[in-house]
Amino acid sequence: MLVVGAGAAGMAAAKGASEKGAHVLLVDNEEWIGGILQQCIHNGFGVHRYKKELTGPEFAAELKSEIPSDVEVKTGTFAHEIVPNEKRAILVSREGIEEVSYESLVYATGARERTFQSLMVPGTRPAGIYTAGQAQRLINIEGYLPGKRALVLGSGDVGLIMARRMYLEGMEVVGVVERLPYPGGLRRNVKQCLEDFDIPLYLSHTVIRVEGYPRLEKVIVAKVDGNFRPIPGTEREFHVDTLVVSVGLIPVKKLVADFVKVRSGVLVSSSGQTSVDSIFAAGNVTTIFDLVDYVAKEGEKAGRSAALLAKGEFRGERLPIRKGKGVKILHPEWYDPSVPLSVYLRVEKPMEKALIRVGKYEIEAEDLTPAEMVNVDVEPPCESEVSVSVTEV
Amino acid sequence: MKVVIIGGGVIGTLIARLLSFYEADVTLIEKENDVGWGVTKANSGIVHAGYDDEPETLRAKLVVPGNEMYSQLSKDLDFPMQRVGSHVLAFSDEEVKILEELYKRGERNGVKGLKILSREEVLSMVPKVNPDVKASLYAPTAGIVVPWRVAIGASDNFVKNGGKLVLGERVVDIIASGGRVRKVVTDKNEYKADLVINAAGLFADEIAEMAGAEVMPIHPRKGEYILLDTQEYTPSVLFPTPSRGTKGTLVLPTLSENTLIGPNAVDLSPDEKNDVSTTSEGLKEIYESAKRLVPSIKLDEVLRTFAGLRPESPQRDFFIRESEGVWGFINVAAIRSPGLTAAPAIAEYVVEDIIQQRLKIHLEKKKSYVKSVKQIKKVSNMSLDEWAELVKKDEKFGNVVCMCWRITEGEIVEAIRRGARTLDSVKFRTGAMCGACQGGRCAIKIAKIISRETGIPLEEILTNSDGSNFVVGKVRI
Repeated sequence: MLVVGAGAAGMAAAKGASEKGAHVLLVDNEEWIGGILQQCIHNGFGVHRYKKELTGPEFAAELKSEIPSDVEVKTGTFAHEIVPNEKRAILVSREGIEEVSYESLVYATGARERTFQSLMVPGTRPAGIYTAGQAQRLINIEGYLPGKRALVLGSGDVGLIMARRMYLEGMEVVGVVERLPYPGGLRRNVKQCLEDFDIPLYLSHTVIRVEGYPRLEKVIVAKVDGNFRPIPGTEREFHVDTLVVSVGLIPVKKLVADFVKVRSGVLVSSSGQTSVDSIFAAGNVTTIFDLVDYVAKEGEKAGRSAALLAKGEFRGERLPIRKGKGVKILHPEWYDPSVPLSVYLRVEKPMEKALIRVGKYEIEAEDLTPAEMVNVDVEPPCESEVSVSVTEV
Repeated sequence: MKVVIIGGGVIGTLIARLLSFYEADVTLIEKENDVGWGVTKANSGIVHAGYDDEPETLRAKLVVPGNEMYSQLSKDLDFPMQRVGSHVLAFSDEEVKILEELYKRGERNGVKGLKILSREEVLSMVPKVNPDVKASLYAPTAGIVVPWRVAIGASDNFVKNGGKLVLGERVVDIIASGGRVRKVVTDKNEYKADLVINAAGLFADEIAEMAGAEVMPIHPRKGEYILLDTQEYTPSVLFPTPSRGTKGTLVLPTLSENTLIGPNAVDLSPDEKNDVSTTSEGLKEIYESAKRLVPSIKLDEVLRTFAGLRPESPQRDFFIRESEGVWGFINVAAIRSPGLTAAPAIAEYVVEDIIQQRLKIHLEKKKSYVKSVKQIKKVSNMSLDEWAELVKKDEKFGNVVCMCWRITEGEIVEAIRRGARTLDSVKFRTGAMCGACQGGRCAIKIAKIISRETGIPLEEILTNSDGSNFVVGKVRI
């Protein structure tokens, strides 16, 4: 079995597969395993999986210790090509180019950050604009500061955490700008990363222009209306040399997008299986998860299913899951009656009290917001198709 | 004989390359930290067929030979070029008449293979074109190139033949006495010169003024672009029917499997020669114009936007001539569109017609020189066996640094060996950081490789120009 990507999803997949008796090769292009967890030195990881609050590297270390020793790990190894009908892959590393065959494969390449360049913000194209993950790696792994005075665009969790991180490193952080009327990240992060440090959050605002060359000098921000259009007369200027951008994650699905079904991410069943029988996927390459605990859970499940398939003990059914009322984002795409069903969803609008329906099951929930992913675990509903909806009560 | 060329764009580097075949002591001075970062880097990257240029102009005289020379030049300098052809699209009977005029003009200019195509013919060649199209002027000789790769190849060739490339020095004065040029003064050094070639692009008027030579006033004309991460829209270059002296907003494929839309044309004042900012009006304008050519174009796969400046002059023609007042000073100025296309012919015109014939300077060919170079080999263009061989020789070719485009550490180190010191220099030589993540994942790694290979501290590694440091200091310990 081949696992491509050794972040939380890939590591958990390797564990799950190995425990089911598969011989596993786990590869990653970085020099380490643990993926993006290694640069997330803040805590808050592992509350579900390990029942304690861990930092990213600690979570990675815990997960690593769960991987049986017979799993073969290759870092610095790039998956160059996957040939699905021949079940082989081409791997590139400093040691050379090798072809490996697999019975089943778990694709767990995670996500990349949406770039500032893709937002078409007018102005110059100066140095000093970083994605949040890039700034995070610079500070936490490489030990360098991106600039002196920063504004953050996007209030997703990474944006919030980076605002605090830069502040703690002695940079001046003049604010976080969010085009939505509510924060994009978890509530606890708004409190612990912004409020506790008096960093202002500008909701319903966006960056409309950047100035300065060759280094960023000024960012112009304006209030937006309900359609995200800037409102004239509301512009304000921030004199900063650094803009840190956290405007969403995009699944890295390039290597498989030609032969498995994809939408924004790789589509999978509740078992982790993609539209191609021998290929499974898990983690942020399938949908963007809020918590690494969820990623690890799905990775482990995909690993187990993939191992069973390799042994010929997995049927692999893909029954439809329909997105009903009140649901903005729903994962997975299909369900497999042979495994317990974990549904992940984001609601369309904030709801104080709600009733979540997953097929025949009804679950009460409180305090739902679009920013926070809801996870509902149920026994396989044994229906030919499952509908998921959320109604306010 | 000492020759100083001012300006390291496609024009300056191609002239430098040609002169490096002869016995002359040639210095190329560029104010930026690499060649090709001015007008060269931000234009449509088209080798035009040559039908729009009025026959009496120098443009018309040089554009068709320039186009033809690209076939050999792309082999010699090892840069990719594809003759993807171009269509000028007509959407009304009046526009069809203009196509006929362009066709005749093209014939007079010597453009080969021009054809007026029917609506059905255009639709079969470009299925996504606006179905309201009535006809197109098809030019099979039009092509696309990556313009900075032309400048990089020419400059590498020049250096290989012993030319002296000076980067990061700004010319501040040109000393002339006794009616001839003597010296070029930069902010850091002085260079003796018998011949000064002014290829300073947007700043050519200011350079000419320093020498006391004839000046053609130059103002920048801004063109904004949007680069899309898809090549689904068109296999060849699409132009609207031209009006008001501009070729209009185009839709074209690029050699990196992207689609480029743009430019608009906004005249700026002469003191705005550094203003390459994009504007919301401009980006909206080019998107609307592009949709008239290909209605299905969407902005959901934007890689980036950018703007470039073209050097315009009142006479709207190239200004290439020796000074009458200051012997030895040669203006190669006002190189507007189709300057990139004409560039190889311009270089030949300067070296043969101006230097040798008009200034009567006899140039002796060197006993040995090369006229070709190899650019950095991309593993992504190799067969797996070739790539594997390379990894065996140097393990760095097995370390994939740019995951979007599969550029290895080996290619990056090779770029540094060839002189790259900034992130943009590596980008323009290897293609790293040009993909979907725009360097979000690999810029850090590349900055560290530059630092490791050159010994320059990471804090001093630049993105491009001085002051564009990638990081500003270390974290607290």
